[in-house]
Amino acid sequence: MATATAHAGHDAHHDHKPSFFSRWFLSTNHKDIGTLYLVFAFMAGIIGAFLSFGIRMEMEEPGLQYFSNPATYNVFVTGHGLIMVFFMVMPALIGGFGNWFVPLMIGAPDMAFPRMNNISFWLTVAGFASLACSLFVEGSPGANGAGTGWTVYPPLSSAAGHPGPAVDFAIFALHLSGAGSILGAINFITTILNMRAPGMTLHKMPLFAWSMLVTAFLLLLSLPVLAGAITMLLTDRNFGTTFFAPEGGGDPVLYQHLFWFFGHPEVYIMILPAFGIVSHIIATFSRKPVFGYLAMAYAMVAIGVVGFVVWAHHMYTVGLSLQTQSYFVFATMVIAVPTGVKIFSWIATMWGGSIRFTAAMHWAVGFIFLFTVGGVTGVVLANSAVDKYLHDTYYVVAHFHYVLSLGAVFIIFAGVYYWFPKMTGHVIPEWAGKLHFWLAFIGANILFFPMHFLGLAGMPRRYADYPEAYAGWHKVSTLGGHVFALGMVVFVIGIVLAFRSKSRAADNPWGEGATTLEWTLSSPPPFHQFETLPKIVDEGHH
Amino acid sequence: MMDAGERQRQVARGARRTVLVCVGVVLGMGGLAVASAPLYSLFCKATGFNGTPLVGAAPTASAGEVSAPLTVRFDTNVSKALSWRFQPEQSSVDAVPGQTATVFFKVTNTGSTPSTGIAVFNVQPELMGGYFVKVQCFCFDEHTLQPGESAEFPLVFYVDPALRKDPDIGDLSEMTLSYTYYPSKNGAPVAEAAKPRSTTNF
Repeated sequence: MATATAHAGHDAHHDHKPSFFSRWFLSTNHKDIGTLYLVFAFMAGIIGAFLSFGIRMEMEEPGLQYFSNPATYNVFVTGHGLIMVFFMVMPALIGGFGNWFVPLMIGAPDMAFPRMNNISFWLTVAGFASLACSLFVEGSPGANGAGTGWTVYPPLSSAAGHPGPAVDFAIFALHLSGAGSILGAINFITTILNMRAPGMTLHKMPLFAWSMLVTAFLLLLSLPVLAGAITMLLTDRNFGTTFFAPEGGGDPVLYQHLFWFFGHPEVYIMILPAFGIVSHIIATFSRKPVFGYLAMAYAMVAIGVVGFVVWAHHMYTVGLSLQTQSYFVFATMVIAVPTGVKIFSWIATMWGGSIRFTAAMHWAVGFIFLFTVGGVTGVVLANSAVDKYLHDTYYVVAHFHYVLSLGAVFIIFAGVYYWFPKMTGHVIPEWAGKLHFWLAFIGANILFFPMHFLGLAGMPRRYADYPEAYAGWHKVSTLGGHVFALGMVVFVIGIVLAFRSKSRAADNPWGEGATTLEWTLSSPPPFHQFETLPKIVDEGHH
Repeated sequence: MMDAGERQRQVARGARRTVLVCVGVVLGMGGLAVASAPLYSLFCKATGFNGTPLVGAAPTASAGEVSAPLTVRFDTNVSKALSWRFQPEQSSVDAVPGQTATVFFKVTNTGSTPSTGIAVFNVQPELMGGYFVKVQCFCFDEHTLQPGESAEFPLVFYVDPALRKDPDIGDLSEMTLSYTYYPSKNGAPVAEAAKPRSTTNF
């Protein structure tokens, strides 16, 4: 049975495909563009990881070992943040898995606007090129690159702090990748709202498609605000306006409000697609439909809506009145409710299920545990009184790495192990996925857990040097970084072995639990799928 | 069951509508972001948010009860690009909420060329912005001083007696009013970027 379907998948390879150049450079096929996004995200991720390696090496011991100029250290921190957010997590989850699987899951032949899809991808690449350029031109006096942090706060990012053109390049990078993301978001919304297979109502749509729909709306509402803020910063820097400069009646705090009005939804933009993917993986390997499907879908909608009215919890130290702080503390804590609905629904999905601990399931369960840890420290930080002590310390660094590095990134790997057979027709050996998981799980915890202690002890972020007292946990943390990096080697080995091995994936390698439409197609799917639209019959579950 | 052509037309119609709405949302949010700067400054001026003192006429004489005075300290700064000396005639004044106070500030051009400056102001703590009312001040007016020339500018202000009822800062005993002179050209501040690069290297 498996070989017969695999052979059918092989035949599908021979349907009409364009030549190499027009296939990969002028691509309008959602699966090819998804692949391009995933490859791009992998390469950007490697560069971002090397920057973080520079950070961890420097922090291993007190004093300056590798960076003669601390400003260059800040350039590494900034580059790491911007690359991981805009050029690794977002392209992988939204551009990569979103493009690949949203049309497949909703039974559509392709995205609504295939050419616009192509522009989205290449705008992202152009943005990355602009960010790379910024590393090689002067930023702050005497140092190359933008050392502003990913938040690009003025006055550090204005002409006074960074007179060189590096920040301008970084702003262009955000403009370009932002434009790409907005076009991508319009594409996803149009596809999901208009091109679902006959019979697939919104309330029968798979949760990953739901998560992409909510994410696309968040992108649509928040990215124009970032674009506006950084455009004003650009004119402040180059054309003498004073939007954020007090000498002309401007206010740097306005930039923070605008940035975080984008920045807070942005963190949900990074995690919601992961919520969608983890729901499918947990359901598949528990051989049960996901628990509380509608509650899961509307929990994501609720997280998206409330995510827009909590931004100032990033700004408790700017001098907000007590009433304002009380509101933002309360609103922030409200987000724990829909998030809790999701966590408990995943656990309830596993409860009584016939669980198979495949590699993908390892990553998904690991995600639930680690994301919950990050969520708990998030509730701690939501308290403005506590946050004033912990603001800009390593506690915050630990918090957002638990929800992003151990949250979103774990699910990127989970998605790779789950969908790799479908995307390529090849099979990554299970042992490689599991070994990679354990190295990453142990490594990341050794890497990030001590940062809680460092932050509670007062270690600030974005400093290249620190007093002797913090040396112990910094050393442990760097050690964890090495273990995590070793896991990445195993990941690459697993992929190489998959492509070298002769075994081919079945159409549905995961069996009974995998119920979404992509598993009804060959592995890999034909170049064009669903020429006859599938009809969704009412099964009453997902 | 409708035929494929009909479905295609229907999808295209729906897609066009969705895209129009999406583009509208993007333009609307972008417009709000651009409009945020004037809206924000309007909001700050109206509410005293973020330490923006209110500008108003003399206090209404309705304040019957006399509340505890507040020490207002003065902080004066001059941008590096301006060779001026800028000092208040006294470093602090005890202001009774509801009564106007007048303080003179003296500026002297210590440089060798005539120069034009413009002053901006702020109060700390920032929540005081809503209670600190300026009746007369020399802020946001251009002043040109010849080399060696001095000028005195009056500041007339009062503290709103409603301060004493504020739940956050009602028992405040001290506050600071800060002034900074920046170089000015045609009524607009000269942005740092317009200066030659050599002066911005530290």
